[in-house]
Amino acid sequence: MNEQSQPQGPRSEVEELLRSALRPIEPPESLPDRVEDTLSAVTEAAAEELSAWAEELSDSELRALRDPRNWVRPAVAAAAGGVAGGALVLIELRRRRRPHGASALAESLRSRLP
Amino acid sequence: MADGAQTSVPDGADKAELDRAFEQLYRDHLRDVYSYSYYRVGNHHDAEDLTEQAFLQAYRHFERARRESNGRPLRPWLIRIAHNLASNYHRDRARRPQKVLEETDPIAAPHGTERIVEGREELQRVIENLEHLPDDRREALIMRFALGMDNREIARALGRTDGATKVLIHRAIKQLEQELGDDE
Repeated sequence: MNEQSQPQGPRSEVEELLRSALRPIEPPESLPDRVEDTLSAVTEAAAEELSAWAEELSDSELRALRDPRNWVRPAVAAAAGGVAGGALVLIELRRRRRPHGASALAESLRSRLP
Repeated sequence: MADGAQTSVPDGADKAELDRAFEQLYRDHLRDVYSYSYYRVGNHHDAEDLTEQAFLQAYRHFERARRESNGRPLRPWLIRIAHNLASNYHRDRARRPQKVLEETDPIAAPHGTERIVEGREELQRVIENLEHLPDDRREALIMRFALGMDNREIARALGRTDGATKVLIHRAIKQLEQELGDDE
């Protein structure tokens, strides 16, 4: 256990009494086992949770991922996602550029004028 | 947390080293945490529960605490966890601890029979008067005298400045001195 540091300066009678009254309390013999068991249980539970997650993955995703034919689909999906995403951005930019409301009406009328 | 980007999951070797460091912390300070818990809750049963909870919380946050401690001792951090748990305990029960001394013999050193009897009464009075102090003063005295923490450690455990802690302890001792004087 740690070495107790002593407060600096002269000690009053009350301090001496406090030192005697507030002795460190030795934990019960059973406590270290109890704390260690709890800590072990917590770490084991965390490890099991991780293991269960890995097993869950190996049943479905991992089996699928082992088949090279399936590697194409995610790649295509990612590419398609990228293209679709890009397309959405373009549409949005065009939509924003295209005047609408009162300004669209004004532009339309201007274009019809000779 | 500002350093969230730097947070990393320890690999196998790091984890083993971390566990060894925690084991050392646990061995070094089990008695401190238990003593503090006992003096705060006043009975062995709840002190055991609090100690267990304190180490469980400490284990969960150990890596971060170690990283942020910059090499400073972790005892104040550990006692702060026990301190917060004890505060929650009292808040939940909305009552003060019944008695601080349950079964412990405050005098471990041998004395003459008369001195022991006199000493017991006197120490009992100290404990009783300690209960009348405001919470923060009593907690600081427990840290100082039961755990042997210095001002800086107590300041870190209580989240105060060193100066404020020095004043707190000084006032706590003065108040206790005065109350003991009033008893006579």
